This record gives sequence, C-alpha cells and structure tokens, in this order.
Amino acid sequence: MLNGYRAENFFDEMVDAHDQVRPHYRRFQQLFSEIKPEDFDRYRQSVDLAFLRQGITFNVYGDAQGTEKIFPFDLVPRIIAHKEWERIEAGLVQRITALNLFLHDIYHEQKIVKDGVVPPFYVLSGKHFRREFSGFNVPKDIYIHICGTDLIRGSDGGWMVLEDNGRCPSGVSYVLENRRAMKRTFPGMFEEVGVRPVEHYAQELLKALQHIAPAGVADPTIVLLTPGAYNSAYFEHTYLARQMGIEIVEGRDLVVRDARVFMRTTKGLQPVHVIYRRIDDDFLDPTVFRRDSMLGVPGIVRAYRAGNVSLANSIGTGIADDKVMYAFVPKMIKYYLDQEPIIPNVPTYLANEESDKKYLLENLDPLVVKAANESGGYGMLIGPKSSKEEIEKFRGAIEADPRNYIAQPMISLSRHPTHVGNGQFEGRHIDLRPYIIYGEKITIVPGGLTRVALRKGSIVVNSSQGGGSKDTWVLYGDE
Amino acid sequence: MLSRVANCLYWMSRYIERAENIARLVDTNLQLLLDFRKLDEQRLAEHWLPVVQATGDEDEFFKLHPIATAEAVTEFMVFQMENSNSIMQSICQARENARMVRDQITGELWEELNRLYLFIRSQDARRLWDQSPSEFFEKIKASSLHIVGITFATLIHNEGWQFNQVGKFLERADKTSRILDVRHQTLPERGSPKSINQTEALEWSAILRSCSAWDAYKSIYGAEIHPKLVAEFLLLNEDLPRSVRFCVTELNTALRRISGVQEGRFVNEAEKLAGRLLAELQFGTVDEIFDRGLHNYLDELQLQLNSIGDALFESYFFLSFATFDEEVFVQQEEQQQQQARRLIGSPDRPRARPGPLKTA
Repeated sequence: MLNGYRAENFFDEMVDAHDQVRPHYRRFQQLFSEIKPEDFDRYRQSVDLAFLRQGITFNVYGDAQGTEKIFPFDLVPRIIAHKEWERIEAGLVQRITALNLFLHDIYHEQKIVKDGVVPPFYVLSGKHFRREFSGFNVPKDIYIHICGTDLIRGSDGGWMVLEDNGRCPSGVSYVLENRRAMKRTFPGMFEEVGVRPVEHYAQELLKALQHIAPAGVADPTIVLLTPGAYNSAYFEHTYLARQMGIEIVEGRDLVVRDARVFMRTTKGLQPVHVIYRRIDDDFLDPTVFRRDSMLGVPGIVRAYRAGNVSLANSIGTGIADDKVMYAFVPKMIKYYLDQEPIIPNVPTYLANEESDKKYLLENLDPLVVKAANESGGYGMLIGPKSSKEEIEKFRGAIEADPRNYIAQPMISLSRHPTHVGNGQFEGRHIDLRPYIIYGEKITIVPGGLTRVALRKGSIVVNSSQGGGSKDTWVLYGDE
Repeated sequence: MLSRVANCLYWMSRYIERAENIARLVDTNLQLLLDFRKLDEQRLAEHWLPVVQATGDEDEFFKLHPIATAEAVTEFMVFQMENSNSIMQSICQARENARMVRDQITGELWEELNRLYLFIRSQDARRLWDQSPSEFFEKIKASSLHIVGITFATLIHNEGWQFNQVGKFLERADKTSRILDVRHQTLPERGSPKSINQTEALEWSAILRSCSAWDAYKSIYGAEIHPKLVAEFLLLNEDLPRSVRFCVTELNTALRRISGVQEGRFVNEAEKLAGRLLAELQFGTVDEIFDRGLHNYLDELQLQLNSIGDALFESYFFLSFATFDEEVFVQQEEQQQQQARRLIGSPDRPRARPGPLKTA
C-alpha cells in the first residue's frame, strides 16, 4: 500500500519533490505498506459502519428526509513532526494572546484605534461588534476561551493562518472520535510511531470553564447550551457534555430570575454558573439581540452583565472573526506584543481600501474572494474555478458593499495521500484546524482536525462541500 | 435532573415498548390466520378490524384505508409513517428522544437503538418483511428486549432510570390491556361465557402468545383456555412480567424512588393514582371484572393509566413549558423594576424568588 505515490508538482506532506518519503512519515509508511489491500478495505468499511452506528453524523440542512451523513473519514493519518508542531503551537499562542488583547482594547480604551493601527470604521461597522459591551469586564479578562484557527500550507510548505474562529468553532469531536477509530483499527501503530495523545481535550476544556466561574462560587454548575437536536453539530454538543460530565441544556431549559440563571429540573429550579454556549450572540437573548430567536434565554445577558453567570466564549468575540479584522492581526501582534508573527497571514486585499480595490476588481480571475462574515465555504468566489457570470455577480456585490469583501491569492494547499477507492491513493488538498483553549493557561491539544477536499483538484475542505477528515498525529520526535 | 431530559427518557422507553408490543400483536394475529381455512373478505375484516381498534387508532386508519384487509392493517401498523403509533414511527420517536439525551445514556444503548432505527429505515427491513413477517417481528422484538436488557445492565439506576422505568411499565400495562381487549366482541357485555368454541380458543391462546404468556398460563391453569382465566392471568397475576398488576407495581415503585415517599403516602397526583390502581389490582377479583364486563373494565383501566401519565407530566415535566413570550415579558418587567429602584436611589435588595412558573 502507498508504494509508488508521487507528489506531482504539489507540496506533499508525505513525500518531497523527489518523491522520497519525509523522515517523520517513514515509520508510518513502512507499517502501512505491509497492510494488504483487502484488509484495508475491511478496515474502511468497519470504521464507516461504526461511525454510522454511533451516530457520529451531521445533519444536512434543507433535506426533507432529515438525512444524517457521516463526515467521510480517511484512514491515512496526517503526521506532524515534533519540532514543526512546537513552532505552530508558539504561533497559535502568540495569535490568541494578541486577539484577546485586541478584544479587551476595543471594548475598553480603544488604544489600537486611537493610535491609527486599525481604522475605527472597520471596528464600528463590524457586523459582530457589540458596542453594548463597551466598558464591560469579562470574567478573568478572557474573551476567546475556545478558538479554532484554520492553518494551511502553500506550495513551498510554509504554514499560514487562513482564518480565526473565535465564536463557536466546531469539529473537535471528530478529532477525538477519529483518534478512537484509528486506535481500534491500527492498535499497534501508535506506540511504534510515537503519537502524542489528544484524549485530554475535554478535561482541559472543563478546567478552563471552571476557571471563569463567577467570584465566590466554589463548586460551579457548568452547562453546555445547544440550539437543539436539529443543529448540524448536535452530536458534538452531546459528545462534549458527556465527556465533561456536565448537563447539556436547550434555551427552554434555562430561566432567569433576579438576574440569575437557573435550570428547570424535576426537583425545581437549580442555579447555573458557567455556560459553554454553542449559540451565536445573535440568538442568545431575545430581549437584547434578535427578538425572533426562540433558541435563546430571555434575560441571560442581564445575568451575564450582573456577573452572576459566565459565558464561554464571551459576547462580542465575533468582531475578531471578521475577515477584514483578520487582515490586521499581524499588526495587532506587533502592536500589543512587539513581536513578528510566527505564522504569517495569507496576503489579503481589502475591497474597501481604494488601492486594493482597484487591483482586486481588475484581477478577480486569479483571486479568491470572501465575504467578511460568512463561514462553512459559503459566500466565497474561487476565481480560477468560476464562470464569467459568477465572477460578474461577485463584482457587483463587491462594488455595492466593499466593506464586506476581501480577496486573497489562490493558495495551492498542500496535498496528502488519501484513499480514492479500490486500494488506490492520490494526493488531495488539506488544511488543519487546531483547537486552542484559553483558561488559566493556554492549552492546545497536539494536532487538531485535518480536513481534506476529497474531490480531485478541489481546495474546499468544508463538510458541507464534499470534505472529509483525517486523524492528525503529532509525534513525540522528529522522525 | 433536567425536566426535559426526564421527559425524553420517559418517552424513549415508552416508544420502544410500544414498537415491541405492536410487533407482538400483529405477529400473533398473522400466525393465527394460518390456523383458519378459507376466509372471505368479510371474515378477514372481522379478524383485522379489532386489531386496529385495540390500538385506539381506528379513525386514523380509515382516513388512509377503505377496508381492514390484512395488507392494509399490517402496513398501517408496521410501516406507515402517517400512523403516529406504527412500529416505524415508534422506533423513529424513540431514537429521536434518545438523540436529545445522548449524553445521559450509554454508548451501548444508543448504538443498539440506532441499529434498530437504521434497520427499519433500510430496504433490508422491507425485504425481510416480504420474505417472512415472523422473522421480521422476531427481529424487532429481539432488538427491543436487547435494549431493555442493555438499559437495565448499563444505565446508572438514578432518577433518569426511574423515569425510563415509569415510561416502560406504563406503556406495557396499556398495551397488555389492549391486546387482551382484541376479542371482546365474542364476549357477552357483562358476565363471562360458559364455554368457548375451537376457533375462539385459538384466538384467546393467540392473546396469551402475544404477551409471551402461553407457556406460563399452561403451567398454572392447565391446557384449558377460558377467557376469564386469560384475563385473570394478564390483569391480576403478581409475577407475570407483562401482567397489568406487575407493571403497575413496578411503576408505583419507580414513582416512589423518584420522590422518596414511602408506600401508603403520596406527594403528587401521579403517586396517588398509581397507588390507588395498584390496590384495586391487588385486591380485585376477576369475577368482579366480568360482572362489569371485560371491555368496560379495560376501557376504564386505560383511562386510569392515561391519567397517571398526565399527572406525571404535571408533576415533573410541565414547568418546562412556560411560553416564550411570557418569559420575555417577565424579563422586561424585572429590568424596569431594577431601573426604577435605581432611579429612586434605594439599594438593590434581593427579593424572594417567585415560585414555579405559570404555564400557558
């Protein structure tokens, strides 16, 4: 298996430009090549079946039959050497530290704006900037407790940050379940190759949630707030709640009295102190944000303001997810930490800047255009792969609302050997989403979710658009 | 325990039990037909209509089918999604409830229930049904019993488990009473028949088989089948795990474990009703039942079981469902009061917490 695999003019994770297996893949490749194709096929089927049986699925929106699909899982793991991971880790810690300082700043003194580093217009016009929270002190001064930062590697193998997800990043349950599936399938390999564990994620998350409990609460009650069973990430919500041993609640399970949050139990109302919410700001409290939200809890924002309940992530972090704000993160790192970014951004053009706009509109063909506040692969134009009409449609949208569009050169994402059927392996483009937990200290579980674009040539890795995932192995050593 | 979670656990086990009992009912009636020769359409309808009536879904049935043929009834009770109590719907509902409380149940339980769900939704289910209905029902029953076993052996026996038990035994008591009611038209309105003919004997033994009670019946009463004895066994027997008395005993025990209230007392309506019904079943006799008429008695019994379910909802789940608009209003009011207090400069004093919410 995997013999004769070639890089084909792409940066490949496993083999170098001369098709030689890279040192950190060698031991794995030896073990993997001993697997017989018929055994591999059997493994694959049993993993898929196990995922389906366990209900490790996501809901497909707009499907009347309520179809649940498994997130396709590829059995060839993505491997990262120890040294490389150390650098990624340092880069991520640097980034989240700067983002947190930025959020504190714009909700307080706004020094970065006054010093002319970030134009005030971009902050004030941010769709997710919550001016109601200006001057509000969040517990322990932590804004983003859980961050999923998407990383990619370009054609030279250099790492870049593609985007930050500082609201309700999802996908971590796949990290944990993928690992479980791999351990069941290749039990011998882990020790042999030397793979660092990921199983402590839930524990670390729980510790971070306990850390932000309101003052004076010794034994806080922590809950996970879900939009409900019809949300596409519902499996993950129940999974994490179970792993942490906390209750999973829906909005209707909570009630606010005297600016305190309670849950409705068979024994009456019981106080709640920390809420890991998987609901966006907009839907959190119909008395404050969207009035039509039936998912939220009326009064919860008042309880939050009174300091009686803590939320993770804090309200208002969405401004840091704004793709326009993303362009300024390297400057934030410089401004707050006086450091150079360890992991650079992808070069980004802002449609609202006159000079960028001109270049952008004249060069839509080779660029990737993104709406500033969309995710999941929606609201995106991949110039080289789009028709004239699609490009013109985006041109109109950009001209009508330049504040909400950015453009980036199309990056040829690194590729990774991936099973394509019948025991054949080909290169497919991948990215990486590590999960950063910010509590008493910053913790990153080694690795993260490697997503893979299963369609040949595709660079869109989102599950809603034909993406799959891989287990990510961070090694103890470098080979 | 969250009220919503308790509610889900209760309904999860009710629906699993429902699926199993419908499988039992239809299976036995299909097999029964093998014992009769040459039945015309009229006779077939006479056979199948009571089966639909037993489930209480007669009106729904006739909205979908003109007459009670074997195909129509079995389709209605097994696969039809329009029937909210079909096996298919029951399994989907059980699984949906389980999905909402996945963090509260074990992986083993979820996987078995999910397996059953994936099976019934698959083409394999249809294929098996076409080949051999009895094997199909065997599979449904086996899976349900497997789930009951997994529940017992892997779920922590805490409050949630008690709600699960309540749901299971309430449903089972109801279904046993309905299965027993299937042949009531062959009985006099009051009193019991002196003797029954060969066909009727087969029909009554089918009822026993539906409740897995045939062998146990013979060992206690001998080979003679009599409606009175069948009713006594399925209603009043202390030890038969599908008898109504057994179910109500278990139900009553689970209710008391939830509240911690001892026998002979009650703190809510559900406990009062369950305790009263249990006493009737413990001290009642089958002669009294037949004096009133079996069908009348069973009708009444089903109403009593329903009111236990309603009372349970009132006592433990209902406070979950205050209307949303009402909540928004309460919050706005609280906020205004807070602001008013600030305006007149009085210190914020904590107020007494209001009691349970009013409901719509």
